[in-house]
Amino acid sequence: MSIEPRLPPSRFVARLRYALGGRAGWGGLVVQILFVAALAWIAYEIVENARSNLQAQRIATGFGFLTNTAGFDVNLSLIPFSGSDTYGRVFVVGLLNTLLVSVIGIFFATVIGFVVALGRLSPNWLLSRLSGGYVELVRNLPLLFQMLFWYLAVLAALPVPRQSISLFSSFFLSNRGLVVPTPVANSGLEPFAYVVLVAVVAALGLRHYARRQLFDHGRLIKIWPIVLGLLIGLPLLTVLLFGAPIGFEVPVLKGFNFVGGSRLIPEFVALTLALSLYTGAFIAEIVRAGIQSVHRGQMEAGSSLGLSRGSALRLIVVPQAMRVILPPLTSQYLNLTKNSSLAVAIGYPDLVSVFAGTTLNQTGQAIEVLAITMGVYLLISLTTSAIMNFYGWRLGRSLGST
Amino acid sequence: MKRVSLVFTLALAAGLSTQAATAQTLKTVKDRGMVSCGVSQGLPGFSAPDDKGNWTGLDVDVCRAVAAAIFNDPTKVKFVPLSAKDRFTALQSGEIDVLSRNTTWTLSRETLLGGNFAGVTYYDGQGFMVKKALKMNSALELNNASVCVQTGTTTELNLADYFKSNNMKYEPISFGTNDEAVKAYEAGRCDVFTNDVSGLYADRLKLANPGDHQVLPEVISKEPLGPMVRRGDDQWFDLVKWTLFGMINAEELGITQKNVDEMAKSDKPELRRVFGTDGNFGESLGVTKDWMSRIIKAVGNYGEAFDRNVGAGSKIGIARGLNQLWSKGGIQYAPPIR
Repeated sequence: MSIEPRLPPSRFVARLRYALGGRAGWGGLVVQILFVAALAWIAYEIVENARSNLQAQRIATGFGFLTNTAGFDVNLSLIPFSGSDTYGRVFVVGLLNTLLVSVIGIFFATVIGFVVALGRLSPNWLLSRLSGGYVELVRNLPLLFQMLFWYLAVLAALPVPRQSISLFSSFFLSNRGLVVPTPVANSGLEPFAYVVLVAVVAALGLRHYARRQLFDHGRLIKIWPIVLGLLIGLPLLTVLLFGAPIGFEVPVLKGFNFVGGSRLIPEFVALTLALSLYTGAFIAEIVRAGIQSVHRGQMEAGSSLGLSRGSALRLIVVPQAMRVILPPLTSQYLNLTKNSSLAVAIGYPDLVSVFAGTTLNQTGQAIEVLAITMGVYLLISLTTSAIMNFYGWRLGRSLGST
Repeated sequence: MKRVSLVFTLALAAGLSTQAATAQTLKTVKDRGMVSCGVSQGLPGFSAPDDKGNWTGLDVDVCRAVAAAIFNDPTKVKFVPLSAKDRFTALQSGEIDVLSRNTTWTLSRETLLGGNFAGVTYYDGQGFMVKKALKMNSALELNNASVCVQTGTTTELNLADYFKSNNMKYEPISFGTNDEAVKAYEAGRCDVFTNDVSGLYADRLKLANPGDHQVLPEVISKEPLGPMVRRGDDQWFDLVKWTLFGMINAEELGITQKNVDEMAKSDKPELRRVFGTDGNFGESLGVTKDWMSRIIKAVGNYGEAFDRNVGAGSKIGIARGLNQLWSKGGIQYAPPIR
């Protein structure tokens, strides 16, 4: 007769009860279900009420309008667009314009932020005061005001197209923006592109090898002359062999405006400038706080190892500071993206301007258009957050925290 | 502006516009003691605050006339300045009772936006303004031009149509408000500013040197401007419509702000009907019998309002043209009061 070992009583039900109802048990679960049901009922009532009211007033509803012809033009579009395209395409045009200005704005804001923060922490009196003055001036003036300043003040200072400031008769600066020659592909482009690709891969491999040598054997290898040779010398050689990879279509003034060439419109420049300068000032303070949160001893330890100030900052201080910098930096990136919706004031065709503005007005479908727009901003923001969180997670792992 | 439309939209979504659903605008207005009137953010001649902060203009006078008919007091109006793109949402959500904001009467605005146009206060058309220094004679010379325009308007659509049908290229730069568009034109960002012709003349007054700018002769569209009300409230629609018709009829009958008391005593049958000494038209509209004399005392007849705000008696000085009475060569025509 074998003896069955006594099993402990199953805790599964108890655990489930705790997971669903918390300390209050099944009663808590019921309360939660009731709460969710009440929320769902309120949401349903709101939607239903709005729908019947709209119907009573005979206001069009639904998303069918997205396939209707828009009938208006947009002055900056990354994809081909004309007035005979649909509202759906207007949406894509606006979205791409918002993303364009956000990505470029985030890049410049980050660069400005780091440079100004380092300037502010610099032992150089003039540099640190200038940086401090910049931060205080820029972050204390309203953003819309700064946008209008860059737009109207800079526009007023620039000449009309006929009296453009020209450089080599191919670059023209006027109040219509900066017109530059458009690159056109020549037959030499293909080998050139391959060579550049090879050079980049080789340079990256070399960098990897040099790091391994440094970390595993303590040998410092100077690779930058070789990298320079790879990245500039090789492509140059190809150009000599195969001819120029690209030609240029030079802009010519015809009637009112330039024909041919590519144009950087002043609305885009003013918006990017205002957004990156403004956000850059906030990022500068965040970076400064991050760097100052790293103990002084770290910098001193770096110096005692013989590292220069720059190397000590780059290799020791900034990686540690990044842990503090990253969360508020993410918020600034999100702010910049959302602030880009002020673009309508200076005529830049972003999502809010062409979709939540013009499209809303022409179709009158406020609820649908604003719901889509809010959803898109939410999606952009969550994506940005996710990327930054991933970066933060990797950073934390590489610094050894769990 | 985004925030404003968001508020209106939330109001719509939450179904706060109960007055719209129950079609009781007149009662709501009487209870509130004010007519809520959507106007522009400042278009001289049509709706703009004067140096004392009082709203004046042709569109403003329509709202004042409605207030006079209801309350016998043209000051009982709350003016809500709206950008072109917020205006319809404000009307839909019940924020305003009348949209009197140089708004073009189109089919889709009645069928899709849930509104009704109560008549035409001004027959307009779209035109172009350029600097005189460009020495241009026609809009057909505008190929490759940069054009400043206010977003969310029929203007924006006509512009696209006109350039497309004439095989011309252009660069549109759309601004959220009219003022921003005018400012960018003045700063030289655009070669051309486009708007309704009446608006061009009014905006020209805002420029530093109005004399340096000219309006090109082409009128590229029909823009009948008029007051708009919410759909589904016939009583309110009738009141606004007949207030405007009343003003036009008064001009036809020769009733002016000065002679209104005298005319009210007349025993001509048509005047007796207008002034409510015969019949009961005012009360059938939901106001009092003497509604017409209240309106005329407050704002004058249509011709007087026109002259004072945009016509010969104003700084803008636009000729009556199409807006002359039908009997004098124009197309302003109102159905009879009987």
